[in-house]
Amino acid sequence: MAENRFDFDGKPDIAWCPGCGDFSIRQALLSALEELGIERGKLVMVSGIGQAAKMPQYVNSSFFNGLHGRALPVAIAVKAVAPDLTVIAEGGDGDMYGEGGNHFLHAARRNPNVKLFVHDNMVYGLTKGQAAPTSREGMRTPVQVDGVISAPLNPVALAIAMNVGFVARAFSGDVEGTKAIMKRAILHEGFALVDIFQPCVSFNRQNTFQWFKANTRALEPEYRADDRAAAFSRALEEEPFPLGLLYESGGRPVFEDRLSVYREDKRPLRERRHDMSMLRAVMLERRIP
Amino acid sequence: MTFRNEVSIVLSGEAGQGIQSIESMLIAFAKRASYHAFATKEYMSRVRGGCNSTEIRIAHGRVATRVGRIDILVPLTRESIPHLRERIGDATVVIGEKAVVGYERMIDVPFAAIASEVGSAVYSNTVAVGSLCALLKIDREGCVDGVRGFFAKKGAEIQEKNVQAFRRGYERGVDLLPGVAIDIAPDPSVAGEIMLTGADAIALGAVAGGCNFVCAYPMSPGTTVLTAMAELSRRFDLVVEQVEDEIGVANMAIGAWYAGARALVTTSGGGFALMSEAVSLSGAVETPLVVHVAQRPGPATGLPTRTEQGDLNLAIHAGHGDFLRVVLAPGDLEEGYQLARTAFDIADRYQSPVFILSDQYYVDSYYTTPPFEIADGPAVNHVVRTPADYRRYRLGSPDGLSPRGIPGMGDGIVCVDSDEHDEGGYISEDRAMREAMVAKRLAKIAAVRRDIIPPRLHGASRYGILLMGWGSIKMPVLGALAALGRPEIAYLHFPWVYPFPPGVSGYMEAASLCVAIEGNATGQFADLVEFETGKRLDHRILKCDGSQFTVEELAEKISALA
Repeated sequence: MAENRFDFDGKPDIAWCPGCGDFSIRQALLSALEELGIERGKLVMVSGIGQAAKMPQYVNSSFFNGLHGRALPVAIAVKAVAPDLTVIAEGGDGDMYGEGGNHFLHAARRNPNVKLFVHDNMVYGLTKGQAAPTSREGMRTPVQVDGVISAPLNPVALAIAMNVGFVARAFSGDVEGTKAIMKRAILHEGFALVDIFQPCVSFNRQNTFQWFKANTRALEPEYRADDRAAAFSRALEEEPFPLGLLYESGGRPVFEDRLSVYREDKRPLRERRHDMSMLRAVMLERRIP
Repeated sequence: MTFRNEVSIVLSGEAGQGIQSIESMLIAFAKRASYHAFATKEYMSRVRGGCNSTEIRIAHGRVATRVGRIDILVPLTRESIPHLRERIGDATVVIGEKAVVGYERMIDVPFAAIASEVGSAVYSNTVAVGSLCALLKIDREGCVDGVRGFFAKKGAEIQEKNVQAFRRGYERGVDLLPGVAIDIAPDPSVAGEIMLTGADAIALGAVAGGCNFVCAYPMSPGTTVLTAMAELSRRFDLVVEQVEDEIGVANMAIGAWYAGARALVTTSGGGFALMSEAVSLSGAVETPLVVHVAQRPGPATGLPTRTEQGDLNLAIHAGHGDFLRVVLAPGDLEEGYQLARTAFDIADRYQSPVFILSDQYYVDSYYTTPPFEIADGPAVNHVVRTPADYRRYRLGSPDGLSPRGIPGMGDGIVCVDSDEHDEGGYISEDRAMREAMVAKRLAKIAAVRRDIIPPRLHGASRYGILLMGWGSIKMPVLGALAALGRPEIAYLHFPWVYPFPPGVSGYMEAASLCVAIEGNATGQFADLVEFETGKRLDHRILKCDGSQFTVEELAEKISALA
């Protein structure tokens, strides 16, 4: 038996490059799930497409690996239909901030109890090295031959601007720190973003492991994450980028809790059936104009 | 002017002038007086101004489609006359404010002036209702009760003013009676009938199919079903979510099905086009999806508030790759209810996308109809409790179906992947596995044939001319055939359009002339018939001006065939 209930008995055939930060993120994720005592049958991993989005394949649980950019609509629906499940959406920067950017904005508005873990390596890996929404300006790629000319998207600042209740940044080089943040994110009641810096050893020669080490620093131990304006200001810091929990607030109601179907009845929809006599009554109301 | 057995009344005005309130009251009072009624509207894609119209047919027998003829026209604006010119005949009685409309041939009933006598021109629509009810000889005091009910929430003063306005209008209508005789016998059986729109019928059918999750991005005319479902969410366990875009909509619906819900999407052509990749996802992960597409004229934004049957090719071909999809198309209200219910059952059992194709004419029109037959038991959920060794895509079943588990129910895990996958749902590029999974998906296309709803022949079983059509074309065709009274013409109606039903060639061989009728420019259904049967159609009767065929128009085109 595997030591971690979310690992496999045999070694899974993992498609990541040797030395990829994704391995460390997987280690952090499996440990976080195990340590939180999440029931294996009650976890659903949801992802889109990309190297990071293959994560659900390597977690021994239910998963929905759907279309590029579309993890969040699926994850929100799963949680809305079955609030008893733990739902984690995971993928890369291009998947979540590029193709799925609109869903990210609107997930933030809804505030579902869905966790969003984004592997941020500032490059497209699966398609072999084009610019990502988080690529630094000037980065040369086979497509951006004179360097990237668009400004990078700042996911943590954007999330705080959208009042996401849990916004953190981790670094795959720090497995323990990443795990600790993932655990807090899972325990948070509401939408949570963990943007995880990660070197791409094959396609990003600029933002290497050493670059991330040199250009990040942990938030000070005395930093308090409950002040949104202060958090936003810290989220704007770059080179070095702050690592850790930038913002946490428990004030916002959770999307699925507000759905009328759960007002009096907490059972997931899979356990319910419509009352056909009610349907008959509703139809017959159309007799009286 | 005398009108026997039925009358066609058209109200026309700018958006925001209150056509809707006249229509609602008139229909309610007519139904209360045991008349059959039908109403349909055409409107511009603007919130104020322009020129719109509503056609109301009031009759002794069932009326379920529009006519071109206008018996009584109530224009509320100067634009109404040019807007409807081609439908105004010598026999059309035009009633309204001559000073406003400026039409020489009209009977002047100064609604606003009469309303002002009661207190304000605001009540002029109620005056108009009064006049029309008098012409229809609907019992005055019954209507007065109805007016009170209509304005019950507006306070006693407004209620009474409207009653006075109604009485004044009624008196004026009585004055007109010698010139305009409407002679329609009531039908007592109307009392037991229901009256609702196509959108309502689809919504009720969806609930009967166990629908408990609806998501959409607002788009005319698909929004009608979203609104109807939102109303029903007060009575049933039903999540209704307005999503940020149509791509999110379709993915959300598939996610909901994956987790054990029964989800409905409602949209129109443009929105459906955005969902194409998710349609393919539904096929690949073998997770059900039900999409209602209320068609409107394209390409692109087209005519946003008007009608067409132009998205059949899109529905049949949406999404990349080979997989099963089913296309259903209701022709009347009962069919809308039953097909919506069927859509959920087929989507669930075959773990595949099912599309319900209606159109603006269908969703917006309404008429009196007998109550639908509602099955006693709720819809069966074809999901299984997973064993510990559950594999979502287990091979080996000849029909390609592997039991569908859902996460959180049973001891297994449910893994689905849009990449080609193995039985467990894990990514696989193994050639033999690829072929096995393709064969599994294709087997469902063959298997669904056992559940195809065959086309239905209307008319005598021995016919010379065979008309063929789908969706909302049904009632106009039946109306035209009733008007023509030619028993050698039959109509073959297809509520299940795709996969194409077997046995159609036989129907065609029995005819000397085969004709497709549909509301689009090229004959998309006709092409399908020819492709599937290998037989040529003799004629195609098509229409693409944004409106549904009128009975007269269709009768003329059918007469011209032979």
